[in-house]
Amino acid sequence: MIKFSDKQLKIPKLMRPVYLATVGMSKFDRAFPETRIEELCIDALTAAADFVNMTPSELKKYIHTCYYGHFADHFGDQLLGEAVIHDRLGLDPLGNIGVKTGGATGGSAMWEAVKAVASGYSDCALALGWERMDEVPTDEGNHLISCAADKDWETPLGHIYTGYYAVMAQRYWKIFGKEEDSFRNTMAEVAVKNRGYARMNPHAQGPMKITVEDVINSPIVAYPLRVLDCCLMSVGSACGIVCDEKTAYEITDKPLRIYIAAGSHTLRVADRRDMKIPLLPNEKPNQYDDLGKRFPGGNRYPGFTGFLAARMSAYYAYNMSGVVDPTEDLDLVELHDAFTISDIQTYEDIGIRPYGEGRDYIESGDAYVINPHTKKPGKLPSNPCGGLIGCMHAVGATGLMQIAEIGYHIWNRWDEIHEPEEKWKAFGREKPKDWTNLQVKGAKRGLAISHAGVGSHVTCTILMDPNNLIKED
Amino acid sequence: MPKTEEEKGFVDIVDSRYKPKGVFHIIEANQPIYNKDTGKLAGVTNPRDMTYIHTYGGEAIFFESLGKGRLMASRCDNEKCETKGSVYEPFRIFCPDCLRKNTVVDITEKAQKTAKIHSFIITHRSGAFNTLPKPIKFINVEFDEEVVTILMSVLVVGEPEMGKIVVPIFRTKSPTYTIMDLMFVVEGTTESELPEGFTF
Ligand SMILES: [Zn+2]
Repeated sequence: MIKFSDKQLKIPKLMRPVYLATVGMSKFDRAFPETRIEELCIDALTAAADFVNMTPSELKKYIHTCYYGHFADHFGDQLLGEAVIHDRLGLDPLGNIGVKTGGATGGSAMWEAVKAVASGYSDCALALGWERMDEVPTDEGNHLISCAADKDWETPLGHIYTGYYAVMAQRYWKIFGKEEDSFRNTMAEVAVKNRGYARMNPHAQGPMKITVEDVINSPIVAYPLRVLDCCLMSVGSACGIVCDEKTAYEITDKPLRIYIAAGSHTLRVADRRDMKIPLLPNEKPNQYDDLGKRFPGGNRYPGFTGFLAARMSAYYAYNMSGVVDPTEDLDLVELHDAFTISDIQTYEDIGIRPYGEGRDYIESGDAYVINPHTKKPGKLPSNPCGGLIGCMHAVGATGLMQIAEIGYHIWNRWDEIHEPEEKWKAFGREKPKDWTNLQVKGAKRGLAISHAGVGSHVTCTILMDPNNLIKED
Repeated sequence: MPKTEEEKGFVDIVDSRYKPKGVFHIIEANQPIYNKDTGKLAGVTNPRDMTYIHTYGGEAIFFESLGKGRLMASRCDNEKCETKGSVYEPFRIFCPDCLRKNTVVDITEKAQKTAKIHSFIITHRSGAFNTLPKPIKFINVEFDEEVVTILMSVLVVGEPEMGKIVVPIFRTKSPTYTIMDLMFVVEGTTESELPEGFTF
């Protein structure tokens, strides 16, 4: 049983408020055989400038330090790739640093940028991320991804990361899903929802109009996970610019407050030791005393069924920003849906539902922009951009894309980014005839989870309209 | 094509230094990548073949023991440590709590008696360089409660199921000195059913 000290559980404090001034992203796709990655990074930064009616050179004049999220050097075969991008963006001689935390790289880059502004070191910082996974054949790509597992204890076993990951899905499936067909359907609904939302997003790489049956009949990757349960592998870039209050209002008249926190857990799932469940503000002591009774085998925490890193990032971020109950206090979320089942696990880790009851978030219709049962707006829509399953997973950019997407909703400008016919054309994608505006009406607060692999790193970002804060400064 | 003996890289340590001999990389020319529709050059291939020289450090005893049919773990024996007595498999050189060097312990018999499947997954997928037969049956193995962790391995005889008793087997003939020298089979498997080179 491991325990945390009070000092470790201290609620993080920013020394001054930090604001998100603008965001941008490129097109995402499986491969860009005739585009260098810096071209996509420039697209992302240019989009961020456009969003606040500036030229890139005008926007760049505000930037003081840069935090670059790029995970897999070995995919791009370029060390110090950050220096290449920094130069191509024309940001020398500013200080810059590369951030690498697997799938959470985008969120971690933002974590660093926010701290730089909060501390007073910078008044304006750029967090920009990218990934390119198309420069090796797929089987070699699988090997390169498996290098993010332990090279001596895991990678030689099949050189396939999914195998190390899916054992957790199996355990959750059997213990909390009870191997029920109804739970299998709920998993599939996550895929149907997210791929369906991706149809409204010109940036998205994996839009599909599918049914629960399509997901359940798709080829098995590692039972119970099927092809349509899994996220995409992508190339692309996304960015966000954070500032102190004064600078933020110089760039835009509508900056958003940003809070962000991070958690971690063992690289090898094997090393997870038993502990008490750390509680979120909406949970009660002893609430989980009978968890093992209700779900036999579910008493080991986090075991293989929870992500401690996600829980800790939410613990820090909720307490930092005043969020008590995410479903009541937030208007939408962007979660790291690497797999349908891990998406459901995350609902529990971040307190949208108690442990063991994650499936209800989907089944109740709360997770939809429009609740399919009531035809009214869902309580807490999740992943209207399509998520990792429908939009993209260009590792270093993913967390930043999610933050950008939450921002578009709170800015009430989602349609401006996703609707224009010209953008669909420029991206070589056909706008669906039934294109629907997924703007979450009246969104004032949102959350984005950026998550690495089996749960080694997770960041939790909370954005709020500054006139709708929960906690006074 | 497999490399000939002359094309392989070998390393010894002499006087505390690595002494490589043989071939550590083979040079191969790059090739242009053309867009067949436009006839224009888009890029080049960059072939590369390299051999890394990797030390196991304090974990070497674990990997060496596998080839001898022994499963080694480690235990914190620090009287002052709040998690004293915890046994680690995967083997940890140092206790994650007190950071004192752990004691090496042989858990072969414990594993033979108490190993059971905590979770598993069956997959037909693999990455480049995989040498396991497919489908691969990944299993996570729990031992008795002294062992506080859950080892990842593969099941090579029998079907995986949560809670099922499994037994370790070791590649004692021509070991690879990697984690691939340890695998598991279901209880009741006979010696003749084991894969080539493996013994109980
Ligand atoms: Zn210790």
